[in-house]
Amino acid sequence: MTSTEVLLQVRDLVKHFPIMRGTLIQRQVGAVRAVDGVSFDVFHGETLGLVGESGCGKSTTGRAILQLYRPTSGSVIFEGVDLVGLKGEDLRKMRRRMQMIFQDPYASLNPRMTVGQIIGEPLIIHGIADRKEAQERAEELLRLVGLNPAYTNRYPHEFSGGQRQRVGVARALALQPAFIVCDEPISALDVSVQAQVVNLLEDLQAQMGLTYLFIAHDLSMVRHISNRIAVMYLGVVVELADRHELYNHPLHPYTQALLSAVPIPDPVIEARRQRIILKGDVPSPINPPSGCRFRTRCPLADTICAEQRPEFREVAPGHWVACHMV
Amino acid sequence: MATKPSVNPTPSQIADLTMMTVKPRSLWVDAWYRLIRNKAAVAGMIVIIFFLFVAIFANQLAPHNPLQTNAGKSFLPPAWMEVGPNGRPSDPAFFFGTDNLGRDVLSRTIYGARVSIVVGFLPTIVIVLVGSVVGLLAGYKGGQFDNILMRFTDVIYAFPDLLFFIIVMVTLRETFIGKLLNGLFLLFMALAIVNWVGFARVVRGQVLSLKEKEFIEAARCIGASDARIMFRHLLPNSLGPIIILSALTIPGMIITEAILGYLGLGLTPSTNPNDIFITSWGALMLDGQAAINAQPWLILPPAICVSLMVLAFTFLGDGLRDALDPRLQGTQ
Ligand SMILES: Nc1ncnc2c1ncn2[C@@H]1O[C@H](COP(=O)(O)OP(=O)(O)O)[C@@H](O)[C@H]1O
Ligand code: SF4
Ligand SMILES: [Mg+2]
Repeated sequence: MTSTEVLLQVRDLVKHFPIMRGTLIQRQVGAVRAVDGVSFDVFHGETLGLVGESGCGKSTTGRAILQLYRPTSGSVIFEGVDLVGLKGEDLRKMRRRMQMIFQDPYASLNPRMTVGQIIGEPLIIHGIADRKEAQERAEELLRLVGLNPAYTNRYPHEFSGGQRQRVGVARALALQPAFIVCDEPISALDVSVQAQVVNLLEDLQAQMGLTYLFIAHDLSMVRHISNRIAVMYLGVVVELADRHELYNHPLHPYTQALLSAVPIPDPVIEARRQRIILKGDVPSPINPPSGCRFRTRCPLADTICAEQRPEFREVAPGHWVACHMV
Repeated sequence: MATKPSVNPTPSQIADLTMMTVKPRSLWVDAWYRLIRNKAAVAGMIVIIFFLFVAIFANQLAPHNPLQTNAGKSFLPPAWMEVGPNGRPSDPAFFFGTDNLGRDVLSRTIYGARVSIVVGFLPTIVIVLVGSVVGLLAGYKGGQFDNILMRFTDVIYAFPDLLFFIIVMVTLRETFIGKLLNGLFLLFMALAIVNWVGFARVVRGQVLSLKEKEFIEAARCIGASDARIMFRHLLPNSLGPIIILSALTIPGMIITEAILGYLGLGLTPSTNPNDIFITSWGALMLDGQAAINAQPWLILPPAICVSLMVLAFTFLGDGLRDALDPRLQGTQ
């Protein structure tokens, strides 16, 4: 199912949010370095999991790829086109190929529009359908995501969280994109419906050959949906590997710590599991540590870690890591 | 595309059935039902509709020509008093009595409703349109435009409103603009200038919080233009506060007109029977205050009408606030 054909190439992606001060004359006094040099490829038809603690820059990475935030620097090459410089009509055309599913199903649907209008809007914007055709397509899409097609004239507040998330999925699918950024699509849902939404996303992927960047804040969530997993810490990707490789041979101390927190279903192994408790808090992305971002909390940190930023390199085929000690 | 039988077991099918039996309701319809359950707001609406009716059909409703003077019938007491302080008996034809020129107080009060209704609504419509567009642009685009707007509103806020009206009315009264519509046009302009910034600020604030919401990001993601985002997504979600603020701005306008009329700076009372705006409640109160002890029937009808109207809009505004309260949004 997955190929080695690259769909999306992210290179040295940087997104800094300037911090402005002053009332009349504004000047920049610093920046939130939300994403600070991230590189990875996404292959056709795969799911790349992107994992990290809250605030480490996962959403910003996803939005910068989709050009919802314009990157500070770096390149995002999608189907051979660099999106970073793209504007106006060219960018709008590319939007048909890549969509997003949002974290909060309560905030991601316009409360004043019916579900039919929400799902049909992309078709009208891109001139693919008129009002009536958009309505019909919305009904088809509702059916596709497992909702009753008669719901098109309903408003979002009449639905449960899981149903709303399905509506969000239907909207993302309306333009028949190739690539979807799923930004923690199940984190805000009840545990009982999380599996349903994940199954839906997997079914749709199989049916339509979709490629996902699946963002989650803990490893257990992405474990079974991802083919490969990238681990982020404070604006950088510290490790990226095939999911089996990552689970069985985590190389970066941060990945090891994260994995040690994931419960193991086997009671014998679970009893022997040793949790690595990280000391301290995540530093501020406004003033991140020099050298390796993780050094303030790393059990293996050495002097070189403060002086040099570890290079993100391929230590085994397809296994990338950024650590001086590996 | 084929639908795979979904993971939904019975509970969701039950939910499905429940939902199918309930009629779809937009948040507006929900808010309307909440509003009409509020007694004070409904009373306010009834009073407003009553005055609206009076203002529109003043010609038909007024028992007398409001400009017609009746020699020998000045200062007649209202119908329920037998004899006035000047010894004249009341006349049932003049229910609220007459003024110093023998003009019918009831008819003049009925015509006064026109000015209050128009002063309440017309400038409000203008400032809602201007304020909303400016607020949308400032909030959504931000930057220098927003900066200039905010400094401008600070200046307007810092300046006392009533002083501004008085200065404008005194200085421009005798000019061409000052004479349009018996001085009402100038009053509209002054009211609009002072009040639109309030709307712009409220809309701007609303937009600033809304634009961080994911549904705006979703709109950009599906390729919506800025205009579409502003008018299809941000504006409909800012309408609640706009409606509430309108209902609470209108009584302020009515009071301002009454105060200025009372100071002799509002509408210039007309003697031309073809004028639409012959007199206002403020102007009537000015007439009445000269004889407040001996002939209180002159000042009471316009004063009571102003109070009723202001109360009605305030009740309606409060009701709207409860009905449209954003904290209730998304709940059923
Ligand atoms: N629009 C923004 N303006 C300023 N700072 C932002 C903005 N969006 C995100 N940030 C900051 O960037 C960092 C990364 O945020 P985010 O990408 O949302 O993290 P995650 O999705 O991993 O939880 C956080 O410190 C956050 O405060
Ligand atoms: S580079 Fe140093 S500080 Fe960073 S993870 Fe490796 S050992 Fe720890
Ligand atoms: Mg996030």
